[in-house]
Amino acid sequence: MSTNKKKTTASAAPAVTGKIYDFCSKKKLILIVAVCVVIALLAGIFIRGVKLAIEFKGGTMLTYSYSGDIDTNQLKSTAEEVVNVPVNIRTGESLDNSGHQVTLSFTSEEGLNADRQFELNEVLNENFPDNQLELFDSSDVSPASGREFLLKCLVAMIVAAILIILYIAIRFKKIGGWSAGVCSIFALCHDLAAALAASIIFGFEFNANIVAVILTILGYSINNTIVIYDRIRENRTLYPKASLNELINMGCSQSLKRSIRTSITTIGTMITVSIVVLVSGYTSLLSFSVPLIFGLVSGTYSSIFVAPVTWSWWKGRKPAQDDKKK
Amino acid sequence: MKKIHKSTFFIVVAFIALFTVSAVTGFDYFYGDKNTTVVKGVDDIRLGIDIQGGVDVTFAPADGYDATDKQLDAATETIKTRLGSLGINDNEIYSDYKSDRIIVRFPWQAGESEYDAGAAVKELGEMAELTFRKGTDSETDAEGNVIPTGELVLSGADIASASYTQQPDKNGDLEWVVTLKLSQDNSEGKSGSQKFAEATAELAGTGTPISIWMDNTMISYPSVNDAITDGTAVITGNFTSETAKKLADQINSGALPFKMETTSFKTISATMGEGSLDAIILAAFIAFALIAVYMVILYRLPGFVAVIAIIGQIAGTLAAVTGWFGFMPGSTLTIPGIAGIILSVGMGVDANIITGERIKEELRSGKSLDSAIRVAYKRAFSAILDGNITNVIIAIILMGAFGVPSSFFSKILNSTVFRMFGATTEGVVYSFGFTLLVGVVCNFVFGVFASRLMVTALSKFKSFQNRKLYGGDVK
Repeated sequence: MSTNKKKTTASAAPAVTGKIYDFCSKKKLILIVAVCVVIALLAGIFIRGVKLAIEFKGGTMLTYSYSGDIDTNQLKSTAEEVVNVPVNIRTGESLDNSGHQVTLSFTSEEGLNADRQFELNEVLNENFPDNQLELFDSSDVSPASGREFLLKCLVAMIVAAILIILYIAIRFKKIGGWSAGVCSIFALCHDLAAALAASIIFGFEFNANIVAVILTILGYSINNTIVIYDRIRENRTLYPKASLNELINMGCSQSLKRSIRTSITTIGTMITVSIVVLVSGYTSLLSFSVPLIFGLVSGTYSSIFVAPVTWSWWKGRKPAQDDKKK
Repeated sequence: MKKIHKSTFFIVVAFIALFTVSAVTGFDYFYGDKNTTVVKGVDDIRLGIDIQGGVDVTFAPADGYDATDKQLDAATETIKTRLGSLGINDNEIYSDYKSDRIIVRFPWQAGESEYDAGAAVKELGEMAELTFRKGTDSETDAEGNVIPTGELVLSGADIASASYTQQPDKNGDLEWVVTLKLSQDNSEGKSGSQKFAEATAELAGTGTPISIWMDNTMISYPSVNDAITDGTAVITGNFTSETAKKLADQINSGALPFKMETTSFKTISATMGEGSLDAIILAAFIAFALIAVYMVILYRLPGFVAVIAIIGQIAGTLAAVTGWFGFMPGSTLTIPGIAGIILSVGMGVDANIITGERIKEELRSGKSLDSAIRVAYKRAFSAILDGNITNVIIAIILMGAFGVPSSFFSKILNSTVFRMFGATTEGVVYSFGFTLLVGVVCNFVFGVFASRLMVTALSKFKSFQNRKLYGGDVK
């Protein structure tokens, strides 16, 4: 039957070049991968826990004055042994009396009690006898950007998602835009879950960098999905008689090369960044580049598989239900 | 489409080259020992506290005042808004309820001349309480401070919003003024409009002026001719555009609930570690070189053009960040800001890959070189348009939700669902939205428009008419 269809369309439209893969039959694969991503995310949350950074959780900031040169990496590891959470070290110079100062900040429940603080002072002075560390200031701070910030991020993303669905619904009306829009957001959630799972499993702190990762994936994932949808929309005009599944298979196959090639540049860039920061020792940037790599890989995969295939499944169910009713 | 001549290629390349050089190097000259920056270059980019470090200031209530947690929160919010008004979008603010203090960190480079951190700190700690009083009476206390004593007419709480504009003065010359919209809400006693209407009605024609004070400084003392009932008040007083803006910003961000003093003031190193910027720049150069080689190998001539277009796009984004375009202010560059650049450049590369693939496809379907290029750009455009517009939507929402309350996008968005949140300014997210929006606009200019001009113009050269150069089969 499908061969018949091709013959009839061939006269009006150009012949399809290149191989067409059957994407729509891969429903099981997509379901398995999606479940795996969700399990990885949940397992990460339960086993490793989400480590909120001080700007989201609040914590303790201790400022010491010191003399001479201080090895901040060693200071970091020494302090981390005492407080058992990641410690951020930042050096500075007082503008009042021009002394050297170093600030240790880390998350803490209800602040750091006096005993622990005393213990930390002892350990630091033992390990850094030449630097004459002296406690200058200590603060128990509430989060800089707390729950309200995260909530606002979430609302902003939901508003963006609604507007994107609306935009896709209007621009892709020809191929049934609403469902396409919803499926693109579903693919986006898949990618965000992949990036978050990577971030948690690797044990990165949840800080401003992860916010940047989430926002980047938001843009990248949607763009990727839309490029595929655009091809399906174009094919609809060229081959008016083809079924939706045929159109999807055709569109995905035609865009496959482009998807892979674009992904090589973006993922390659993030791998370059990861290698450079590893070699040069600025490993705090890894909490940005590594989760992003996972999100980009997922974004490529989900734009070819998750979005179009869930969409085909959605559209395929409707007529079946209608038939039953009859 | 109009005819594109061979020379178009050189014009476009020259334009991009000139633009890139001026955006990167900027233009400044020394007159004596004074360095004047005419066009801002990459060196003038304000880097975020996460990349470059900055200053760390601790504020505490003055004179041992015991602030409540709620007051401390209000003070934190006010400082946040003031930082935004000062153009310091990128900041960290922590409050410590136990010892009543607020720790503020914002980017600042040692030796930065154009921007005075000390002055900014002073401005942040100012109480900035606006009062309208009857008459101009004041007394001087033991420490020599002038304190207004006239009967209070209006205070900061009675003012809904402030803006600064120009209006003609007595001689018909334009002067800067601050216009106040008074509150109409009379749920808690009289509204600001009512109070002002009553006071002006009482004083009209009596010769007793109304004095306007910012903390303990009298800004002006206009005499009242008629009762003012429309709920607006205008403050005149020899303003320049800067001082008028500063006053309007201060009024909009609200007064601090108590006087604050600086208890410590120090520099602080970058969140990401000192020197992380070098690592980022190195990574950027390596990644760009790899992408350039990759594009030229895959797409040959269109790939080469794509590299030029991407250079233009990056230069355009950097130019916007530095404030190269006079009509829009620059922004602070942070890690999320860099993420925005990476995303938009990624989309720029994508636009060129989509087009490059299309040219190949059209050539293989047997079209002539001319029509293949024309059709490819036309068909690729709808995908690029839709993908980029969705990113514009995302960028605008982020800029509106997390920008300074008085900015254009914020004004639109804060009247919608974001009303339930306070007008919080979050520099990191704003920075992302800013670079993404600018990057996407540059993508249309360079990745689509300029690249089409260049490829079409090049295809007119005899030596560039080999279909293999575009990835097609030889006919």
